[in-house]
Amino acid sequence: MANSVNLIIALQALRINKLRSILTMLGIVIGVAAVIAMIAIGGGAQKRVQEQIASLGSNLLIVIPGSVIQSGARLGFGFAQTLTESDYRAIQSEIAEVQVAAPITRGNAQVVYGNTNWATSVNGVYNDYFEAREWALSEGRLFDQGEISRFGKVAILGKTVASQLFGEDNPLGQMVRIRGIPFEIIGIADGKGQSGMGTDQDDVIFVPLTTGRARLFGEPRGRIARVGTIMVKTYDGVDTTYVEERITELLRQRHRLGPTMENDFQVRNLSEILKTQEAASRVMSMLLAAVASVSLLVGGIGIMNIMLVSVTERTREIGLRLAVGARGKDIMMQFLVEAMTLSTIGGGLGVLLGLAISILVAWIAHWEVSLSLLSIFLAVGFSATIGIFFGYYPAKKAAQMQPIAALRYE
Amino acid sequence: MRLIHVNQLVKSYGSGVQEVRALDGVDLDIEQGDFVAIIGASGSGKSTFMNMIGCLDTPTSGLYELAGQNVSQMSVDELADIRSQRIGFVFQQFNLLARTNALDNVAMPLQYMRAGKLAGLTRLQQKEHARARLNQVGLGERLTHTPSELSGGQQQRVAIARALVNDPDLILADEPTGALDSKMTVEIMELLKALNAQGMTVIVVTHEPDVAAYANQVVVFKDGKIIEIKHNHPATQLEGRDALPSLSQNIPPEAVTAKEATP
Repeated sequence: MANSVNLIIALQALRINKLRSILTMLGIVIGVAAVIAMIAIGGGAQKRVQEQIASLGSNLLIVIPGSVIQSGARLGFGFAQTLTESDYRAIQSEIAEVQVAAPITRGNAQVVYGNTNWATSVNGVYNDYFEAREWALSEGRLFDQGEISRFGKVAILGKTVASQLFGEDNPLGQMVRIRGIPFEIIGIADGKGQSGMGTDQDDVIFVPLTTGRARLFGEPRGRIARVGTIMVKTYDGVDTTYVEERITELLRQRHRLGPTMENDFQVRNLSEILKTQEAASRVMSMLLAAVASVSLLVGGIGIMNIMLVSVTERTREIGLRLAVGARGKDIMMQFLVEAMTLSTIGGGLGVLLGLAISILVAWIAHWEVSLSLLSIFLAVGFSATIGIFFGYYPAKKAAQMQPIAALRYE
Repeated sequence: MRLIHVNQLVKSYGSGVQEVRALDGVDLDIEQGDFVAIIGASGSGKSTFMNMIGCLDTPTSGLYELAGQNVSQMSVDELADIRSQRIGFVFQQFNLLARTNALDNVAMPLQYMRAGKLAGLTRLQQKEHARARLNQVGLGERLTHTPSELSGGQQQRVAIARALVNDPDLILADEPTGALDSKMTVEIMELLKALNAQGMTVIVVTHEPDVAAYANQVVVFKDGKIIEIKHNHPATQLEGRDALPSLSQNIPPEAVTAKEATP
C-alpha cells in the first residue's frame, strides 16, 4: 500500500484531534527549538571567541612587568619597568619554542594633523610585533633598519587613527605631529577590529621602539634599554603553558630573583584565557543540549502515549481494516506514519520557533548567530526518528490485533 | 458452480477435558449465487462458522475451500489477501470510519488491494469506482455525507457499498439488521436480495426468522453442528458473476421495495 495513502490517513486522524495533536507536538517543538537555538547561539559564541583568538594572533603570551616595591610603596602590575631589551632578546634566542618575541612600550599622546587632532595610544615597537600579532599592513611599509637604529621619525597608523585624522585622504607620506614632533607616515595597518575586551585595536599609532624611547616617552638614552611589555608568539602546536614556565624560569634567572622572592614580572597566556572562554561557552552549549534532549525525550514519550491512546480508540477501525484485507504490516505503517507525521510537523514548527529565538537573541544581544542548513535538516530528521522510535511500540501493538477481537471491541 | 465447500470443519478452544468445540464437524456446500441465512441461538457456533467462512479465523481441523482454493491452512497474510480479493463484509454496527465521508468509506478497502484488476488504481480511479458502488446501493446523492449525517439504514447501505467495492465473490453479513428498526430492516434485506438477484452470493448470519426468510436456504446451527438445512424457494437461476449489472446501474431503494417479496 502506498505510503501517500497512509500520510493522508495520518493527516486526517491528526486533523480530527486537532488540539490533542498540537499538545502532543509541543514537546517536540520545544525540544527542536532548543536544539536549533542552541546550535545557532552556541555556534555564534564560538565563532566570536575564535575571531577574537584570530585577531589577537594565536599562541600568544604576554610578559608584563610585575609589582615592585619602591621606597615602601607597592606599585601595581605594569607600572614599574622591569623588562629590558636584553630580556626580550634572551626570550627570542634561548627558548626554542618561541617563534618570535616582540617588545612594546606604550604611551598616550595627542596626534595632530593640520587642524585636526586625535588622542590615541602610541606604541613603540619593532617589525617583529607585526609578525607576532599576524598583523599586515594595508598600505606602505614597515620600519627599515636605519630608522630603528637612528630613532627615525616615522609612524604607521592604525585604521581608526588614519580615518580620524585624514578622512578619505591618503595619509602616506604626510606628516603628523606627536607631542609636537613631526613624524612621516610610512604605512597603514589592516583593520583588526575589537579586542576580546571590547577596545578598538585600530585606535593606535606605531613608531619605532627606539624612537619612542628616545623622543616620546622621555627615557634618557644610554641607560639600560627598558621595554614596556614583551609579546611572545610560540610555534603552532607548542604547549603554551610549557613556554610560559620556560619564560618565567629564564626571567627569574636574568633578574637574579632568589627562591623566596616574588616574580617582578607576570606572564599572561592570552589564548589560554580565550580558550577558557570557549570552553565555558561549550559547557553552556552542552547544558542546553542536555535540556533539549530531555525535552525531546519527554516529547517522544508524549507521542508514544498519544499513539497508544489512538490505537486503543481506533481498535474497531483496525479490526475493520484487517477484515477488508489490510495486512498487519499495513496497519503498522499507518500508525508509524501517523507518529512520524506528528513528530515531523512538531520538528518543523520547532525549527521555525528555534530560528525565531536565534534571530531575536541575535538582535537583542547584537550577536552574530550562525544558522546552518545542516542543523535544520538534522533536527527535522531527528524528530522523524523520534516518531519512528516512539511510534513503533503502539504501531506494533495495533498490527498484532486479531480482526475478530478488534471488531468486537467496545 | 460451487463457491464454498466445507468438510468436517472443527474449531475447538482449550484442550483435554477443558476442550470446547465451537464447531464440531460441519459440512456445507454453497453454490455461487446462493442466498444463505445462517441462524441459531447464541453459542450455537454460527458466529464462529461465519468467522471461518470470512477467513477471519482458521479452523482447528477440517477442510474449507473457497472458489476451489484450500484456505484452511493459509497464513495470516494470505488470509488477508483472500479477504481483500473475494469477500465483502457487512457488520451489525456498520463499522464506518467516523468523520470520513461516504465516498472515502467505500473506497477504503481498495487501498489494500494487492492483486487483481482493482490493484494499483490511482486515488481518483478508486473514488470513481466507489462512486459507482454508492450509486448501485442508491446513495449516489450522499457521497460527501459523513456517517453522523446519515440514518442507520443509509449507513448500512454505505457499508454494503463498501462490501461491494472490491468486486467480491460473496457478501458476508453478520446480523446486518441487528441495529436497525423494522422499516430499515426491510430496506436493507431487499437491497441484499436485489444484489443476489444480480448474481451475488450472499450469506447472512442472523437470529431473526423474518430476516432469514429472505434467503433461499436457511442453515440452522445448534451446539456447533448444522441440525437442519431448509430451502425456502427453489434456488434462483444461477446467472454467474458475468451477469452483474454494469457499475453505473442504479438500483433505487423504491424500486427494490416495490418488489416486496416477504413470504
